[in-house]
Amino acid sequence: MTRTSLLSAVAALAALGASLAFAAPAPSPVTPELVDAANKDGKIVFYTAMDVEVAAMLGKAFEAKYPGIAAQVERSGAERIFQRVGQEYASNIHAVDAIDSSDVAHLLYWKQQGMLAAYRPDDVARWPHSARDADGFYAANRATLSVIGYNTKLITADEAPKSYADLLDPKWKGKIVKAHPGYSGNIMTATFELSRALGWDYFKKLGEQQIMQVQSSTEPPNKLALGERPVMFDGNEYNALIVKRRGAPVAVVYPSEGTPLVSGSAGVMKDAPHPNAARLFISFLFSREGQQLLVDNGQLRSFHPDIKEPADRVPLSRIKVLTADPAEQEKAIEEIKRKYAEYFGT
Amino acid sequence: MTLAALPRRARLDLSIPVLLALALLLCALVLLPLGCLAWYGITDKNGALTLANFALLFSERTFISPFVTTLGIALGVALLSCLVATPLAWLVARTDMPFHRAVRLLVMASFVTPPFLGAIAWEILAAPNSGLLNQWYRALFGLDPYAHLFDIYTVEGLTFVMACYAFPYVFVLVANALERIPAELEDASSILGGGRWHTFRRVSLPIVLPSLLAGALIAFLQAMTQFGAPAILALPAGFHVITTKIWSLFQFPPQYNLAAAAALPLLVVSVLLLWGQSWLLQGRGYTVIAGKSGAPRRIPLGRWRWPALLLAFAIVALPVLLPYAALLKATLVRTVSEPLTLSALTLRNFRFVFLEFSATRLALTNTFILGIASATAGTALALVAAFLTARRLVPGARLLGFLATAPAAVPGIVLGVALFIAYTRPPFVLYGTLWILLIAFVTIELPAAYQQLQAALSGLHPELEEASRILGATRLRALRQITAPLLRSSVVATWCFIFIGAIRELSATILLTTADTKLVSVIIFDLNESAELGAISVLGIALLFITFVTVAIANRLPARGRAGTVP
Repeated sequence: MTRTSLLSAVAALAALGASLAFAAPAPSPVTPELVDAANKDGKIVFYTAMDVEVAAMLGKAFEAKYPGIAAQVERSGAERIFQRVGQEYASNIHAVDAIDSSDVAHLLYWKQQGMLAAYRPDDVARWPHSARDADGFYAANRATLSVIGYNTKLITADEAPKSYADLLDPKWKGKIVKAHPGYSGNIMTATFELSRALGWDYFKKLGEQQIMQVQSSTEPPNKLALGERPVMFDGNEYNALIVKRRGAPVAVVYPSEGTPLVSGSAGVMKDAPHPNAARLFISFLFSREGQQLLVDNGQLRSFHPDIKEPADRVPLSRIKVLTADPAEQEKAIEEIKRKYAEYFGT
Repeated sequence: MTLAALPRRARLDLSIPVLLALALLLCALVLLPLGCLAWYGITDKNGALTLANFALLFSERTFISPFVTTLGIALGVALLSCLVATPLAWLVARTDMPFHRAVRLLVMASFVTPPFLGAIAWEILAAPNSGLLNQWYRALFGLDPYAHLFDIYTVEGLTFVMACYAFPYVFVLVANALERIPAELEDASSILGGGRWHTFRRVSLPIVLPSLLAGALIAFLQAMTQFGAPAILALPAGFHVITTKIWSLFQFPPQYNLAAAAALPLLVVSVLLLWGQSWLLQGRGYTVIAGKSGAPRRIPLGRWRWPALLLAFAIVALPVLLPYAALLKATLVRTVSEPLTLSALTLRNFRFVFLEFSATRLALTNTFILGIASATAGTALALVAAFLTARRLVPGARLLGFLATAPAAVPGIVLGVALFIAYTRPPFVLYGTLWILLIAFVTIELPAAYQQLQAALSGLHPELEEASRILGATRLRALRQITAPLLRSSVVATWCFIFIGAIRELSATILLTTADTKLVSVIIFDLNESAELGAISVLGIALLFITFVTVAIANRLPARGRAGTVP
């Protein structure tokens, strides 16, 4: 047997073993052994596209629960994280332990590249099937809506837009802020869903409204709060609700055509430098405690069945939502970017 | 001296080999990324030779218009910088204007301010609706909610902001040149009957002109290759400059070849500019520090002293006083556009940055280490390169000068990619370490450092070095003992210049950092994407503080070898 064929045989065996082992991932509880091993790791590096304050708070809550482990949270846009991880892995740098992206297609890609480890925390066993990977490599740790919003000091509830169609009214020319699908995974998903629901012709007309173009989907609610523009076309519901709770004059609208639902997913890296801490962190993230934290302080939507819904927001069951098939979306990315550049100039 | 008594040939002069080695290092530093860039520009994804990239570049409107916009903005920035910096430099360096040291310090502060931070501050001040200046304007005249005086999200707004943080380049060079004009030259003109204006035009201006042109050139190149401020101000306005266009080509799926091709015209423009500069200055060399020269004298302004100070403060208010006031306000409140009342005050931003945000401490340490290391390595390299070209010590010195200036034409973001390609595979796996950032910063800052030292060296007559050589010193020793101390203020200025440059850098950094090599500039940019103005302001002010302390220490270092060497 030559060296090459030996290697490929070993690889094939390993792949077979891997696929057998991961075919039906057993839910993993948090055992004292895991906590011990995680304490030995001493550190966890989490790349995330979540809002920076929510992510920092999650890290601090984890550190409070497991004082022996430092949580290093690295926040950036989903597309940039994707680019950065690609660069790092191409150079054999394995810095990241656990990863979260608002674009589920990224998790799918990392899984296909063999970069993720199969790990299903026991809470995820109770997740809806549509919100988790069948092989246990990742699951949706959060969801949010891409909503319309307005500044209540600048316009009244009566004047405010009720639907996407309303935003084409010439009176909103120069008054709308909007995030970019080339930067934000959330907006990429929302744009995909809306292009299917409303048609590209709608975006062509929106392009004539002189929108203010920002990058991240966390940014438009903040621009609303500042009063820089009175209306936002898209942006995260959770950021809008956070700034609203802080007393900013911001209100959220669930448009009559339907509101794009965007979920973010997370998983453990196969070559994580702190593998046990990574698993413990992911278990914490998906636990009722971690999820309730994201819901209460981060205003995110959760798939955990035991979550207590905050009284001051509309429950998901009462909102008409638009959803996307990740595989279809991945095929449409080029089209979305091209059309977007054509209609909006950047 | 006993050494001088020995026959010359018996002593080993290491100068030439050392100088040659440094020249080679310079070649590697500059040619490697430029080579990568050129190669990527003329190939396609599979590495086959093609001109398709350029065909696309010069036919598609989405590429041509960023080019035109960029050149227009860069020209505007250069002109605006010269117009503001020259009179200000004259007031500070050559007149008895009161508080000229304070004014110089404030110009320094605008120099230290990263342009992206300035752009964020100007967003707070002059965004059309939420901008503080526009709010006051509406309140003052009782206007309706959307009326505004300024709109920072425009070509003019961007030009203005970039000029705010480019004019110090011109200021520093011109002020240094003005300070080097010996009084007796001006006296000679007056004695011969020249009026003040005549003296200025025929004596002072020609001496200052090389520095003014060098400054304008740096301002132009800075504006052309800058990424941070355009990313913050141009994208919301819905237009691209060439760097943001190149950056958009790196988004998934990346088009490296097209990006490289798009960067090459920038290189051509700067080569033409440099060539134009040397043509303009042909035969206009002035040696102002020779073995014997007098100190410059300050011109009395009389009753114009206070109006002059007012003008100076009005100028520095734009890049420094107003923006930092806005940032300071942002550190103290939750929403910066809200009125500043006692109940709005909060320590939340400080708590978030220093206690909750895990990236802060690492980023501050990395930034500090890199700043010091790049400044030291960069100054040494630039000094040797400038010495070699100014004294024409090796064949092809002019080429070396071109090499040292060429990186100015490479947008940081493209250099980032070039370095990424060059240093992610064996034998040099530097990605993920601070080394790759060090190389990036030294390369990026080299042109300005070189220009500055070269300009200083050409004003320094070789007769002093020659004296030292005649007494038996080697070239290196003459450089160390005679030239460097004479250039001390220029050398320290260059060191600080690179340190500040490293702190301001964003465009190459953004592609080259990893979780462990994060810098303050990157976390500010990341925070800006979620409009965390309060946290940005805290970090920005911390950055200003660190820089000022470092620069102050650098300027107070004992002058080694100064006493006894210079008469």
